[in-house]
Amino acid sequence: MLEFMLGHYAYWFTTALLLLGLYGMLAKQNLVKKLIAMNILQSSVIMFYVTMGSKRNATVPVLDPSITASNPYLYINPLPHTLMLTAIVVSVATTGVAFAILILIYRRYKTLDETVLLERMK
Amino acid sequence: MISNNIPVLIPLTFLVTAILIVILGSWRRFFVHPLAILGTAFSFVVSLYGLTTVLSSGTIRYHIGGWIPPIGIEYVLDPLSACIATIVCGVALLVLIHSRVSVESELPEKVIPFYAIAMLLLLGLTGIVVTGDLFNLYVFLEISALSSYAIVSVGEKRAPVAAFRYLLLGTIGATFYLLGIGYIYLLCGSLNMADVSKLLAASQINPALVVGIVLMIAGIGLKMALFPMHGWLPDAYSYAPSSGSALLAPIGTKVAAYALIRMVVYVFPSEYVQKDLPILDILAWLSAAGILYGSVMAIAQSELKRMLAYSSIAQIGYIGLGIGLGNALGFIGAILHILNHALMKATLFLVAGNLRLKIGHSSLYQFESVIGRKLPWTSAAFTIAALSMIGVPPTAGFFSKWYLVLAGIEGSRWFFIAVILISSLLNAVYFFRVLEKMYLHVHPKEDNTEMKVAERDEVPASMLIPTLVFAGLILLFGLFNVAIIDWVIKPMILSNP
Repeated sequence: MLEFMLGHYAYWFTTALLLLGLYGMLAKQNLVKKLIAMNILQSSVIMFYVTMGSKRNATVPVLDPSITASNPYLYINPLPHTLMLTAIVVSVATTGVAFAILILIYRRYKTLDETVLLERMK
Repeated sequence: MISNNIPVLIPLTFLVTAILIVILGSWRRFFVHPLAILGTAFSFVVSLYGLTTVLSSGTIRYHIGGWIPPIGIEYVLDPLSACIATIVCGVALLVLIHSRVSVESELPEKVIPFYAIAMLLLLGLTGIVVTGDLFNLYVFLEISALSSYAIVSVGEKRAPVAAFRYLLLGTIGATFYLLGIGYIYLLCGSLNMADVSKLLAASQINPALVVGIVLMIAGIGLKMALFPMHGWLPDAYSYAPSSGSALLAPIGTKVAAYALIRMVVYVFPSEYVQKDLPILDILAWLSAAGILYGSVMAIAQSELKRMLAYSSIAQIGYIGLGIGLGNALGFIGAILHILNHALMKATLFLVAGNLRLKIGHSSLYQFESVIGRKLPWTSAAFTIAALSMIGVPPTAGFFSKWYLVLAGIEGSRWFFIAVILISSLLNAVYFFRVLEKMYLHVHPKEDNTEMKVAERDEVPASMLIPTLVFAGLILLFGLFNVAIIDWVIKPMILSNP
């Protein structure tokens, strides 16, 4: 059991981040903190992909003359990282839209605290 | 030669139009609306042509950049995606024609951004429909979601709060979907839908696969507002600008429903979702709960758009139920209901927009019979759509429910048949209440004896014609539903591996 825990410590870490992000989005009162938690949630998935793409004793997927074509396993699979570049762009765009909406909320209600906001919306 | 490019041409047109709208629109405001119409009309014609080509000569595959799948990304136009793409472009075309007056009166300073973002929304929605790659679907899912957050947030005073809540929940859904793809990729080493489907069929079920499938279904379910993940929908649809909700409500959640159908029916092997994992059963039960919940909540609403939003949750339930019943008749019912509900919800939301323009509100308590005399054509369109929502033959809504009931009988799922029948009665309750107010109710302040003759004050033709076309299509598709099923939906079942 302990070996299973230690052997997959990177995955445990991403799971912890994922749960932390979800908890923050549900429990935090401040909308900016909710947004930060959302970013943590997205980062956890990005880290999950990066973890699954990494490999010990392997190199970047750029053609290296010293590695012959017979052992392609010495290269890292670049696809998960490429996918995550796109996912990071999506995450940045989402954060940008979220900030724009938060500015709009603040201008209309002069608060970003959820309880105060719900009172002022009545 | 040209027909090979159809899959990529449909979303690309919207991207180009969005850029052109911003460039030409900031030079001359006049160009904005005609450009949006032109782009959507072009895409509609292309997807209609694509549909006929696909039905006569089979699936069209386009390899982006010439890379052969599974290494490259491919766009696929098969009968299912061609049909949904045609629905999306067609509904969007009529809604955008309708939107000119409404957008200019509700958002006078935001005409250019509204149409540019509407084009990006359609880019995302058509992209989801034509893509044959799991990760590409995630990207398009987020493009359409980001544009819908923006469209919702420019609405009424409370709209930004609704948009922010929608953004948080929508991002959770997309992130779950992305995490699910991660598991599928770890196990299959491929992201191409056709390839993944083959690899999964050859492999045994294992815990990692279960986690991946469940995360993907949960993520798409959140985007499609499947009960109990519907929390974002009522606020978002009722506070969005009239044209925005008329654009989002008929096609937004339907495209997520398409993604669910694509995953459950085409990508995941049927033993996984029916025998090894009770996904279809869970889907059917959640949908049944959503049908009842949405209908009951719709009765409790006092504002027309909010009532329609809750009824959307119920209608999504019908689509989910059709998939969940897991037989061919249920599949026909689900696809037919995607088409019918797109038409019905578009009509109803356009009517809500017409009412907001002419009487300034859409609060049900203040409706009175003047509406029926002031806006006779709008009220007639509303009546047809309402009858269709209840499921009165020969309107289109009757036939999708008919197929769902047949599917229930075939699978001996009597409880679900009861749910469909009860929900039809509940639909009757909340729509007849509106109809009663629209045609018969007299405001208590007015004296009955000297009922003043209301001047006919109908909305302008650019708003009236799309509304009436939708209402006419509801009747037309109701009468000719057999032709649609034979020509369009049957080939989908045959092409299903």
